[in-house]
Amino acid sequence: MSAIQVVPIHFYILLSAVLFSIGVLGVLFRRNAIIILMCIELMLNAVNLLLVAFSSYMSDAAGQVFVFFIMAVAAAEVAVGLAILMMIFRNTKSTDIEFLNKLKH
Amino acid sequence: MTLYLFYILSFVAILSGLMVVFSKSPVYSVLYLIVTFFAIAAHYVLLNAQFLAAVHIIVYAGAIMVLFLYVIMMLNLNKEVEPHKPIAVKFAAVIAGGILLITLVGAMRSTQSLSKAENVNSQIGLIENLGTVLFRDFLLPFEISSVLFLAAMVGAVMIAKKDKN
Repeated sequence: MSAIQVVPIHFYILLSAVLFSIGVLGVLFRRNAIIILMCIELMLNAVNLLLVAFSSYMSDAAGQVFVFFIMAVAAAEVAVGLAILMMIFRNTKSTDIEFLNKLKH
Repeated sequence: MTLYLFYILSFVAILSGLMVVFSKSPVYSVLYLIVTFFAIAAHYVLLNAQFLAAVHIIVYAGAIMVLFLYVIMMLNLNKEVEPHKPIAVKFAAVIAGGILLITLVGAMRSTQSLSKAENVNSQIGLIENLGTVLFRDFLLPFEISSVLFLAAMVGAVMIAKKDKN
């Protein structure tokens, strides 16, 4: 028996909302840029989970194809983001985002 | 049975998601994030999306997390002492995240509930069906994503390259 027949869709919406909020909390909470990237991944995954849930409940495969594309974009984003992070670390010797406030001053 | 499995997997996902944010060392954050991804992959299996579950584990736990671990290893960030935001900012962050959660839940509660699916097609998440949809309806986005990958690859190499001067 699959989850579609047993679990109401509201539970999945709630779970995705909680995971997304944890991602937002992490972005606001931490100063380490690597952890902030990880929290962005967490947010993308919350959205993916919701897309898969709706796709299964509506019996529409398009939602799962969207998830496939989101995964591709997430992989590209992580590659470029970590490359930028490497360059920042090479120049400032730190991954602390508080050093990167040159636009503010 | 499935409902209990859902509860257990959700508990694991949320708990390890919180540990990603609150653990001291970045390496532990990565490991907890991998646990979260496995829990989400198990959710995909529960939702009859077997192909996406496999792809999720391969792409996230296999590629992206290894990339994160490599960067942490190369930057030698495995230190216990790390600068933290002041307590007031942390408090504000928790309040802001809680308010966002309340807003999302409130928006959910004001919607009409989607009734449980009656005539479920459990074959929807299999690779045969997804491949047909992907290469028939979404062929152009598929090709464009290959261009995106090429651009990302070139960009990552260009950015991370050492300067000559």
